[in-house]
Amino acid sequence: MDTMIPVDRGGPAQPLLLATGLRKHFPVGGGILGRGRKVVRAVDDLTLSVAKGETLGVVGESGCGKSTVARLLIRLIKPDRGTMVLDGDPVDEPHGITVNELRRQVQMVFQDSYASLNPRLTIGETLAFAPKAHGLPAAEARERVRDLLSKVGLDPNNYAERYPHELSGGQRQRVNIARALALRPRLVILDEAVSALDKSVEAQVLNMLVDLKSELGLTYVFISHDLNVVQYLSDRVLVMYLGKIVELGPVEAIYGNPQHPYTRALLSARPSMDPRKRTKEAPIQGDPPNPIDPPSGCRFRTRCPFAEDVCARAEPALSDTGHQSVACHMSIAGSGHSKAVRGGAAAA
Amino acid sequence: MSDLLQVRDLHVTFKTPDRTVHAVNGVSFELKRGETLGILGESGSGKSVTLRSILRLHPEHRTRWSGSIRMEGDEVLEMGSRALADLRGRRVAMIFQEPATAFDPVFTVGQQIAETIRRHTGKSETDAFKRAKELLELVRIPSPAQRLKAYPHEMSGGMRQRAMIALALSCNPSLLLADEPTTALDATVQIQVLLLIRELQREFDLGVIFVTHDIGVAVEVSDRIGVMYAGKIVELAGVEQMVDAPQHPYSRGLLASTVHDGMRGQRLEAIPGAPPDLAEVPTGCSFAPRCKFVRPDCTTAPPSLRATGDTHLVRCVLAA
Repeated sequence: MDTMIPVDRGGPAQPLLLATGLRKHFPVGGGILGRGRKVVRAVDDLTLSVAKGETLGVVGESGCGKSTVARLLIRLIKPDRGTMVLDGDPVDEPHGITVNELRRQVQMVFQDSYASLNPRLTIGETLAFAPKAHGLPAAEARERVRDLLSKVGLDPNNYAERYPHELSGGQRQRVNIARALALRPRLVILDEAVSALDKSVEAQVLNMLVDLKSELGLTYVFISHDLNVVQYLSDRVLVMYLGKIVELGPVEAIYGNPQHPYTRALLSARPSMDPRKRTKEAPIQGDPPNPIDPPSGCRFRTRCPFAEDVCARAEPALSDTGHQSVACHMSIAGSGHSKAVRGGAAAA
Repeated sequence: MSDLLQVRDLHVTFKTPDRTVHAVNGVSFELKRGETLGILGESGSGKSVTLRSILRLHPEHRTRWSGSIRMEGDEVLEMGSRALADLRGRRVAMIFQEPATAFDPVFTVGQQIAETIRRHTGKSETDAFKRAKELLELVRIPSPAQRLKAYPHEMSGGMRQRAMIALALSCNPSLLLADEPTTALDATVQIQVLLLIRELQREFDLGVIFVTHDIGVAVEVSDRIGVMYAGKIVELAGVEQMVDAPQHPYSRGLLASTVHDGMRGQRLEAIPGAPPDLAEVPTGCSFAPRCKFVRPDCTTAPPSLRATGDTHLVRCVLAA
């Protein structure tokens, strides 16, 4: 039996990945001896779970912390706080699994297809690197490379000996996806993985991602600023604003019946594809504020058309509305907001 | 009715010691005052090269031009340096994708706008600053008097782009060239800037050429859309015609492969392959290697741009 295939342990109901209370603040410049130093609150007390076999989409604007989330989930950076559990095993804790073991089961594809490949290794060497490092004999590693290249639609005879600069952007991103699959991971984190590709190539890669997922039984965390692509791929969607989750739920609920004013604004800011129904008015004004000094209370309140006193005083908790979870005082009964839902949890 | 801009059979090639790139291979179009033409294309399609040629922004010693670009009747490709300096900024203005690199970081935004106004109109410094403040108000930058004194890095991305639009409009140009001006902006900011450009275009009766790779953006701003592929316009039509009934196989493929609402679960109709290398002049249709309707005559000679309707032009042998 191939010992390199991680096995399902907890059954289908146990989340593949559970992250609780993740926090990452980055100190920035200024201050003598660390006094009065400012911090970027990139990710603040974020809790999420990824179910086996699903695609979790993560959307938000630049600076919202979505890429920091990706890096935390694969431990490219260490969280200041919070815990992670991979299929029942705590990560980096005495009775759990090591960070190395996590990275074998969780892999990542980055936006820049060129920067993420070693220019001095052939495609074949790049793909064989990790399997060899994990003890696969050279002959088997070669076989694995051929198999990986055909999986991502590149002819092994034609591509294994080439160098990254000889490939187009779309081909390079296929190689990056193949490399992410080389250790047969269970979870693949795709951080803006199709954003740099031209539309005609993007469609090819999206189709391939859908095929690979069902063929290999993968789970995806798909991070993107492109709401249409996230809608296309995801089962559930997480919307972030300034380091916080503002809304989380099934793709149908988020796109069909968004509850948070920010989610609504984000969705209606999409350019129209119909020249007869052009956008008449921008849904919100201004730019996202600087994450160094986020507003008190609800971080969206400075751009929110419904902001009231309570929004500045108290931070809204992520609350279940029946279909999705929303962090907005208007969705929390008795929050003190004049538009707050009354009685039960069900929002309009 | 006379055209504001007329581009005829424009060819642009770049020469370096080891290779020649045929970036634009015979582009023709015209633009009327008050009209917005969207140029849609993928990277390497020649859309930005075409746009920059209108201001002759390419390095002179490495660039070969042929064809004609007439701005209000004046031939841009034959202009001397003085006429070019007058063209750039005063008659034709341009906004770029990255406002952070378009502004000089060591001068305030106010100084840079005022300098342009003084240079082109000969106004006094006081008058130029007064005008700069009005311009910032025009592009709806809050507290404009303070913002005049701000350095580019002190502004957010959206505000910098507004400031660049103010700079572009400072000398009342009749043509505005926009090179992916909203691509680097966040979604909620992008739509604000698109609406601003649309509004100013109407208010000043500007001709606008808007280059983008995003179909949605092109649909929001354009009266007509030209689709470029491998240095040629393969289809040119009114925005409604283009969205409702694209005719060129590439335009059709591009629209079909763009993900939008309600496509979940469907397989995307991807165009196979990748755009061609521009080092060689193609003998036939550049899109033929990727086209599912390819016929033998597609590879023998480049197809000409044919009219399939009053205002609909298609560069394909299949177009009736």
